[in-house]
Amino acid sequence: MKLQLLQIAHARSGDKGDTGNVGLIARKPEYYPIIQKYVTTEVVKKHFEGICHGNVERFEMPNLYAINFLLHNSLGGGGTVSLKNDAQGKTLSSAMLRMVIEIDEKDSQQIKG
Amino acid sequence: MKDKIRVASGQGFWGDLLTAPVDQVTKGPIDYMMMDYLAEVTMSIMQKQKMKDTTLGYAKDLVPLMEKILPTIVEKNIKVITNGGGVNPEACRDAIFKVAKKLGITGLKIGIVLGDNILGCLDELKQKGVDLKNMETGDSLDSVRQKIVSANVYFGARPIVEALKQGARLVITGRTTDTALTYAPMIHEFGWTWDDWNKLATGVVAGHILECGGQATGGNFSADWKSVPDLAHIGFPIAEAYPNGEIIITKHENAGGLVSVQTVSEQLLYEIGDPANYITPECIADFTTIRLEQVGKDRVKFSGVKGRPATNLYKVSMSYSDGYTAVGTLTYAWPDALEKAKAADQILRTRLADLGLQFDEIRTEFLGLNSCHGPIAEMPNVINEVVLRVGVRGHDYKAVERFGMEIAPLILTGPPAVTGFAGGRPKPSEVIAYWPALMQKDAVKAEVIVQEV
Repeated sequence: MKLQLLQIAHARSGDKGDTGNVGLIARKPEYYPIIQKYVTTEVVKKHFEGICHGNVERFEMPNLYAINFLLHNSLGGGGTVSLKNDAQGKTLSSAMLRMVIEIDEKDSQQIKG
Repeated sequence: MKDKIRVASGQGFWGDLLTAPVDQVTKGPIDYMMMDYLAEVTMSIMQKQKMKDTTLGYAKDLVPLMEKILPTIVEKNIKVITNGGGVNPEACRDAIFKVAKKLGITGLKIGIVLGDNILGCLDELKQKGVDLKNMETGDSLDSVRQKIVSANVYFGARPIVEALKQGARLVITGRTTDTALTYAPMIHEFGWTWDDWNKLATGVVAGHILECGGQATGGNFSADWKSVPDLAHIGFPIAEAYPNGEIIITKHENAGGLVSVQTVSEQLLYEIGDPANYITPECIADFTTIRLEQVGKDRVKFSGVKGRPATNLYKVSMSYSDGYTAVGTLTYAWPDALEKAKAADQILRTRLADLGLQFDEIRTEFLGLNSCHGPIAEMPNVINEVVLRVGVRGHDYKAVERFGMEIAPLILTGPPAVTGFAGGRPKPSEVIAYWPALMQKDAVKAEVIVQEV
C-alpha cells in the first residue's frame, strides 16, 4: 500500500546555518512504528536529492512519537549568504510530508485499523 | 516561596507581533514576561547601528512598548526579562528610564547584564590563548579577523538570577540564550540549585517552548492549522511552573490560538540538533525524556525531563561581512509563462556575461512553481503565472549593483506578458556570515548592574 507521509505525520522545520532541521511527528502513537521503519536516513537523503547536498542525520524521539532529521548543506549557504527564497528551510517540513512510502500488508492494517 | 509562577512569552523575535506583550500583561495573570529579540544576524545589525550612533544598538521597539506597559507591570507586579539590550544594554536601560520618568514612575529598578560583547577584546583573548576557531569548519579566526562585525558570548541564567536577586523589575541583557530568559525566574523564585540538573533541564524545555512566541500556540501549525481558533488574536504561550519542577504550558483563556500536545510537539522539534544533547550554559537537557500530557483545555503538562552537568564552554556567536547580494523578480503570465521566464533568465545571464560581471553565485528560482520544494514539487498542467526570481552574490559591490539595473529592461526587451516591477531597482545588501565558536567559561565574566530610577 502506498502512503503519503502527510496522512500519518505532521512536521516543523527550521535552520541552523546551512543545515535544515525537519521534525517529523506521527499523528497518532500507533503510526510512529511505521515512520520509524520506513523513513530511514537513506530514504530521506534520496527524497531531498537536489536540495540536500550533504549528509542526513536522524534522531529518534519515541517519547514524542517523532524523528528529528538534520539535512546538512541544504540552504544555499544559510543565513544572509543564501540566495534561496526559503533560506531558512521553513518549508522543508511540508516537502518532507510529500514523501510517498510503500508499506507492507501488515503495516497497512495498522493504518486502516 | 510562591506556590507557582506564570512566565509568559512576549516576543519570539525582533519584528514579532507588537500587540502580544501588551495582551500578555493585560489579558490575565502572569508573574514574569520574557521577550526574545535576538537572532544570529540581529547582533550584527545592532552593532552597525551602534557604530553610527552610540545611543543605539538595542531593540528599539522596547522603548514604545515599555511606555505602553510600564504602568501595568508596576501595578500588577510583573517582572520583564529580555535580551533586547542587544549590543548596548546601557543605552536601552537609559531610554527606558527616560520613559519611566516621563510617566512619573519612581522606585523602578532595572538590571542590565554586560560582558557578553567581546568584540573589543578579541586580540586580548587571542593573547590569552582563546583561539575562537570556527566550531563547524575548524578554520582559524585569522582568516576573517579583519571582517568581524559582531562577537558575543551566550550567557545563561546566572546573571539574570543575580539581577532579580538585587530587586530588578526589568532585566535587560545582551546575548543570552533564549531559554535562560524563561528559566531564570524559576531558579530565582523556587531556589532550584545549580546542580539540580533535572529541574534546570525542565526549565530549559519550558524556555524552548516559549522562545518562539506563537509557534507554540497554534502559529505555523502543520498538523491542522484550520482547527486553530482566532489566529488574529493568538495568545502567546505561558509556562505555569511549580517548585517541584512540574510545568504546564497554557495561554490566556480569552485569547485565540491553541495549546495541544501537537502544537507543543512541533515547537519542541523546532531548530534542534541531537535531541539527547541540548546544550545550554547551565546544563545539558535530554529532549528524548520529555513526556507530554493534555491536562485541560489549552493546558499541556510536561514532566520527566532529565538533565546532565553543563560543559565548561560558552558558545560564541560572531558575524563577519562577506560581500553583497541583490535579488530581482519579474512576473510572467500565461501563455507559456514558465518557458518565457526561463528565456528571460537566459537573456539576463547573457547580458551579465557580456558585461563581464563576476559573481560567486547566480541563482534562479520560479516562485509559484517550485522555489520551496525544488525537484520534489509536482508540475501543474497549466501554469497561469510564475515569478522569475534571480539573485546574485559577490564581493564586487559595483557588479552586484549593476545586476540590479539589468532587471527592469527585460520588461521591454524580453518575452511578453510580463509585469511586477514596482519596487524599483534591487539594491545590494551586505552579506553577514556567521562564525560560531566555543570558549572557556572562565575567560569571560558577566557583569550585573542594577539601578533605580
